[in-house]
Amino acid sequence: MSTTTHTADPAGYWKATIRLTISLLVIWFLVSYGAGILFRDALDNFSIGGAPLGFWFAQNGAIYVFLALIVVYCRKMTKYEKKFGIKG
Amino acid sequence: MDQTFWTYFFVIATFSLYIGIAIWARAGSTRDFYVAGHDIHPALNGMATAADWMSAASFLSMAGLIAFLGYGGSVYLMGWTGGYVLLALLLAPFLREFGKFTVPDFVGDRYYSKVARVIAVICALFVSFTYIAGQMKGVGVAFSSFLGVPFNVGIFIGSAIVFFYAVLGGMKGVTYTQVAQYVVLIFAYTVPAIFISLTITGNPIPQLGFIGNVAGTDVSMLEKLNTMVTDLGFTEYTQTTKSKIDVFCITAALMFGTAGLPHVIIRFFTVSSAQAARKSAGWALMFIALLYTVAPTVGAFARMNFIDTVNEATYITDGENYEERAAQILADGGKPVPTWYKDWETTGLLKYDDLNGDGKMQYRGPDAPDGVANEVVPDRDIFVLANPQIANLPAWVIGLVVAGGLAAALSTAAGLLMVISSAVSHDLLKRTFTPNMTEKQEMLAARSAAAVAVVSSALLGAFASNLPFVAQVVAFAFGLAAASLFPIIFLGIFWKRMNKEGAIASMVVGLVTTFSYIYYFKFGGGTSDQWWFNFGDGGVSPEGIGFVFMWLSAAVGVIVALVTKAPPQDIQDLVEDIRIPGTRTSHGIADGGMAPLPAAE
Repeated sequence: MSTTTHTADPAGYWKATIRLTISLLVIWFLVSYGAGILFRDALDNFSIGGAPLGFWFAQNGAIYVFLALIVVYCRKMTKYEKKFGIKG
Repeated sequence: MDQTFWTYFFVIATFSLYIGIAIWARAGSTRDFYVAGHDIHPALNGMATAADWMSAASFLSMAGLIAFLGYGGSVYLMGWTGGYVLLALLLAPFLREFGKFTVPDFVGDRYYSKVARVIAVICALFVSFTYIAGQMKGVGVAFSSFLGVPFNVGIFIGSAIVFFYAVLGGMKGVTYTQVAQYVVLIFAYTVPAIFISLTITGNPIPQLGFIGNVAGTDVSMLEKLNTMVTDLGFTEYTQTTKSKIDVFCITAALMFGTAGLPHVIIRFFTVSSAQAARKSAGWALMFIALLYTVAPTVGAFARMNFIDTVNEATYITDGENYEERAAQILADGGKPVPTWYKDWETTGLLKYDDLNGDGKMQYRGPDAPDGVANEVVPDRDIFVLANPQIANLPAWVIGLVVAGGLAAALSTAAGLLMVISSAVSHDLLKRTFTPNMTEKQEMLAARSAAAVAVVSSALLGAFASNLPFVAQVVAFAFGLAAASLFPIIFLGIFWKRMNKEGAIASMVVGLVTTFSYIYYFKFGGGTSDQWWFNFGDGGVSPEGIGFVFMWLSAAVGVIVALVTKAPPQDIQDLVEDIRIPGTRTSHGIADGGMAPLPAAE
């Protein structure tokens, strides 16, 4: 079997996709429900500029992270499509 | 140039632009009509999605809500943006790969069942109609308070515009109009925010002003606001009176609801491939974030400005000459009621009652340390529209904001209309009852359904004028989308074994439980001490209950699926196909009535 990247490997692609999806969703949960809600009281002991950190995550920070997560997802998926020979 | 001139100028200019675009982007086929020809660029689609998504509620009400809820307003900020992560990772690319026109299409074909299709149509229609009435009400309010046109005439003008570009252009017309509307609304939102941020903190970037200090001092803006509101007897701005479990559940219901709302999902059918759908979700969130990260700043500044200009101001009655009296109050070292307050008072959205008879306006919270009773009750919805006046910005800014509010309401209304018309013409007629329809007949049905939907939503909006409608609708729309649509779409992609019986059970359970809970507490006389899951500090409100029932709905679906027959091999192969881009082929039982749309090369 050839080891070039042109061999289609749907099973490998799907496994990689699931792994990536789960890790990104863990971060998604931690920055919103974690930093913004469950642990905000602890985070509020720190501050970013003049805002308590937990409060800032709930009103601004989480949104920036959400956006970064989708950007990472798009980049990684394009890479996987090349690596596993998927048409995309 | 006075304010009325500028308001007319911006409204007429933007409306002409929308009409021009509609004529240019006429739909020629059902493909154009339902999915805009299927080849919209991801960045443009992201812009259209952002306009589609940001409704009158986001544009007009959200900052005002945050201003009064403080930390409690975070549920909207995180909830209405976090859902895009779910959309991008879990739904959009797979639904695009599936390659059909609508959400009921996916449900009906994936679960090889007309019953499932019809239930999905009911969910989509219910969510869309309740939501659209709120948009039309927003249009009526903007027209009546700024252009001096009666409320119902305002709704009529708005509907006529939407009618024109939705019926003529379908999804294609709607998409390009929404792109223009996004530009109008984001410009209208950020321009006043920049001015205000500059005035209060000296920093022109609102997101930085939010975490900055009050200009010329070393006290942070939020700290000053906390002191201001606690001195008047309100909860600290950075705290909330809601229980933690409720904040958690509302945020989650809004996120999963966002991912399950049909008018957002159909936007991802308009791009060319799964890869484009992923990118498009990223673009959409970026364009949405531009407004959503500014909103907390607008809210905080609005609260601060309101307290500064209104609290302890001396009231001037309508019988007095405003200018003379104001000069006299100033000379006595007092603070006259501001002109913007007098302007807005006529709308009935600000109420003042001089309880202690001192002629001054005391604005107080429930725990006022000085024991003075509150005399001023502002409606939260006015703040975005009134902010430019409160901050003394030029007249053209106010006109721009009105045009932006109308753009937000009309773009969302148009997106919802597309869901309604495609649900009727495509899912009910073509795919369920009269499969022999020609493409021409289907187009006619789609246009007629859109026309009927515009007229009914205008009527709904007119009737809704006296109801506190918008806020109630949010709970229904998001709760139902989260509990009834999200689980079956998710399971349909990630669990091959999910079958027809499970899907129907899951949708019915989600729909009935969520509807009953919201109905009971919003309209049936239920009180907040009866909310479920109360662990000592308050339970889950109707706004958050969709998240709880979503799990119930998914659990019931999985159990029913496990005790009934596995789905046919065709369906299991179909699920394999939609997971791997570029492998989608036709599968008899699922695609019998309509072949999948190929990916554009």
